[in-house]
Amino acid sequence: MTRFILPLLAFIILAAFLFKSLSNVNDSVQQGKDPREVPSPLIGKAAPAFELPNLYDASKHFSPQEMQGKVWLFNVWASWCGACKDEHPVLMELSRQNIVPIVGLDYKDKREDGESTLRQAGDPYALTIADADGKVGFDYGVYGVPETYVIDKKGLIAYKLVGAVTPQNLRETILPLVAELQAK
Amino acid sequence: MMKFFMIALLCCWPVLSHAGEAKDVADDPAIEKRMMHLAEKVRCLVCQSEPVATSHSEWSSDVRAIMREKMKAGATDQEIMDMLVERFGKSVLYDPPIDKETISLWLAPFILLLLGGSVLIYQLRKRKNLIAETPLSAEESQRAADLLNSTKELQ
Repeated sequence: MTRFILPLLAFIILAAFLFKSLSNVNDSVQQGKDPREVPSPLIGKAAPAFELPNLYDASKHFSPQEMQGKVWLFNVWASWCGACKDEHPVLMELSRQNIVPIVGLDYKDKREDGESTLRQAGDPYALTIADADGKVGFDYGVYGVPETYVIDKKGLIAYKLVGAVTPQNLRETILPLVAELQAK
Repeated sequence: MMKFFMIALLCCWPVLSHAGEAKDVADDPAIEKRMMHLAEKVRCLVCQSEPVATSHSEWSSDVRAIMREKMKAGATDQEIMDMLVERFGKSVLYDPPIDKETISLWLAPFILLLLGGSVLIYQLRKRKNLIAETPLSAEESQRAADLLNSTKELQ
């Protein structure tokens, strides 16, 4: 009798594991996350320093040190990126609420294209900088646009989102975290 | 004449339009070889079952360009790998190091082998006990001995 029960038991355990991991993937897809997402090693580390020109005015420069003492969102986008168009209205709504400044990084984009996208669709960013060759994006571990970082008052990366900001992940993850960091 | 000239110009067009593209190879073949060898060990994060060395994704081509650049600047292979891990995590390595996070993955095959092996040994031992030794009667052993002896003579 055990001859049949043991393999059956082993099969049930295996099936349970497979089911669990499949439903994990399913959950993450439903939450708008990519199951292939790799955890960022940058969480808890200082946001890499850089200095980049403003998208509208190349003579003005921005570096993350200017945001010391503030909690801010760092949103990597591009005019050629489809999912960025999905998150754009969410960012517009967020910027109207004036809760947290959003700095945009126009990643590997032509200046004119980035500019005209923001002119046409609206500009949710406190300021936007141009990363034409993607070097700064590389330092931030960007591999899929859009990506959004939550950076705290000390300039440490508290959270990284790969993929579009949605009303759900904004409400459930990003905004509670921002409020918590602002209270610190 | 004008038509002929236009056709000739059109024929040259692919060559001319190609000339502007950035080339995806280092000037120094030694660096290119070293870079490709190292890039075999780096996972393309955009197309996760492909190494950066053979991937056609833009991200991989950027990573290759940065690797070339660092190599030209004199960085060692280890320094380049560390730089990638620092930014993208251990998942970029096709050959992940043994540490707290990956130890269960590394040990799993051996544990499974041990488990399977011990089940096999246990089953074999149990089976051996199942074969009942039936003692032979004096007559039967005599017959067996005769048979054994007779075959020996035949040889």
